[in-house]
Amino acid sequence: MRTVIAEDSVLLRTGLTKLLETTGFEVAAAVDDAAGLLAAVERHRPELVIADVRMPPTFTDEGIRAALVVRRQWPEVAIMVLSQYVEERYAADLLSTSTTGVGYLLKDRVADVDVFLESLRRVAAGGTALDPEVVAQLLVRRQNTPLDRLTGRERQVLGLMAEGRSNAGIAEKLVVSESAVAKHINSIFTKLGLPASEGDHRRVLAVLRFLERASPTV
Amino acid sequence: MNTVLAPIGRFLLAPWRGQAWRDLWFVILSSALSLLPLGLIGLPWAFFAVAPIYLPSILACAFLPLLAAVLLGPQLTTLRRSAYYEIRGAQIPRAPHTARDAASADAPFLPRMRARLRHPRTWRQACYHLIAGPAANLVGMIAGTMWVCGLICFGWLVPAIAFGPNWKWLSMATSLALWSALVCLVVVYLAPWLVMASVRWDLKFATDLLGPSRAERLAHRVTDLTESRAAVVDAADAERRRIERDLHDGAQQRLVSLAMNLGLARATLKDLPEDARTALAEAHEEAKEALGELRNLVRGLHPVVLEDRGLDAALSGIAARSPVPVRLAVDVPRRVPPTVEAVAYFMVSEALANVAKHAQASAARVDVWLDGALLRLSVADDGIGGADAARGSGLTGLAQRAASVDGGFEIVSPVGGPTTIMVELPCEL
Repeated sequence: MRTVIAEDSVLLRTGLTKLLETTGFEVAAAVDDAAGLLAAVERHRPELVIADVRMPPTFTDEGIRAALVVRRQWPEVAIMVLSQYVEERYAADLLSTSTTGVGYLLKDRVADVDVFLESLRRVAAGGTALDPEVVAQLLVRRQNTPLDRLTGRERQVLGLMAEGRSNAGIAEKLVVSESAVAKHINSIFTKLGLPASEGDHRRVLAVLRFLERASPTV
Repeated sequence: MNTVLAPIGRFLLAPWRGQAWRDLWFVILSSALSLLPLGLIGLPWAFFAVAPIYLPSILACAFLPLLAAVLLGPQLTTLRRSAYYEIRGAQIPRAPHTARDAASADAPFLPRMRARLRHPRTWRQACYHLIAGPAANLVGMIAGTMWVCGLICFGWLVPAIAFGPNWKWLSMATSLALWSALVCLVVVYLAPWLVMASVRWDLKFATDLLGPSRAERLAHRVTDLTESRAAVVDAADAERRRIERDLHDGAQQRLVSLAMNLGLARATLKDLPEDARTALAEAHEEAKEALGELRNLVRGLHPVVLEDRGLDAALSGIAARSPVPVRLAVDVPRRVPPTVEAVAYFMVSEALANVAKHAQASAARVDVWLDGALLRLSVADDGIGGADAARGSGLTGLAQRAASVDGGFEIVSPVGGPTTIMVELPCEL
């Protein structure tokens, strides 16, 4: 899988490159700033981009802005954003156009090699991967939304859906049966007032509804 | 022996000491300086001579000196201050330059005079220039005159006694001349003391009335202390941020890289002996744990998210990590000073930690909003209550944090609950 890495720390950049190359990814370019990232995407047309949020020159949100540009110009490129901390607005910005092929993880998750690689593959395949901390933060946000009607368990399930897990993955994580998960998900759809239609579409809508709350403009 | 004789010697030599003569000189110059304001008092009385008890002259008596004090007060004060420094090396402290002074300095003439009329300093200075200073000078002048006259008379009486009652320059009974000479001697000895005392009084009056008042000194000190405390708090804050950056750029990156490499080794080196694989797995887990601990430590120092993204983003991080479910509402449309942000952040963090530890609550609510120049926080829980600021060190810490930026802290926690903590932090020092 052709990948472009944008990360300003040399240590992490070489580490990520080595990690990806030994586990079957092809690293087309490893750059250290947002401009380099856009140039590399233009040239190599990768399937996956891994970008750090904080990069030169201002060390604020260059990575997010570059990721948004990539999403607009090359919507087929999957993006995994790595951040030192959780800012749900970044996640909301990323997910504002579509929830496919996008991920937002804390940098430390890289250390959990297996989980990290699995998240990368999921995102590259068009799924989502949100850091559990992002999901937790979204739950403490604004009040008086249909989300308030969800039970604790349903919130958990919705959070795991947002992290990008399948029904089987959610069942495994919560140590319940898959049919119980399906029941929770149906209840979530009902409470959020999502129309009965094709399952995956409703799933995306539910996650979007969940994420909308992180973005003040929506 | 010397200890007994020395004061007596000093007393006997008083009229011929340099200090006494210098003080006499000082009294003369200072009196000259007093002549201007004294003249302003005296001038209106001349009206009485021309037109006795005539309304304008009464008004002139009352208002002319006051007018002079208001119009010329600062100039007279500056003159005094530099003269005292030049003649005697005496430092009359300057009144502090306040915001009020700065505002009235640029104003047009009339408003400036109005501001001056209302300022207590004007009246303290007038008190010195018109009353206290001239009075001290008058005492000094009288004493000085007596001193000089006493010396002259004594010098005259000595030959009169020597030549007998029929000396052609002074014809006087010897006994009377003797007594007179004695009186002159006493005056000559006492007058210098009075001269020196009058100078001391003059300087004391000048220091008290021309220098800063007690209220001004205290206000100045409060300003100084507020500024230095703010500097200390800011410096501590900046230091924490520096440490946080160092840790992030150094140890944290290395640990992530180390853990990643260990994870990679664990994932790829499948054909290692069992114990080597176990050791590798343990090393990987420990690296990840160290990473987690370091992240918590860095958060406790100064979270980057606070600096980069502000209170809203940083607080939602704390709320999300709280074991008690938290509802968070932040309405702070603009960034407040970093120190205030940090205090607010850590107060919410500590308050939620207290809730988790003591309150046995099932839910908590955090509200943060901007109320003019005040940042207000409220942290409420539905727990058992009974929190007492006098007992818990956690609550004392909260109060101290609020106080470090002149903020207020209040807790309402009846036994049985609920508990609400309210904080207000001024955003401008």
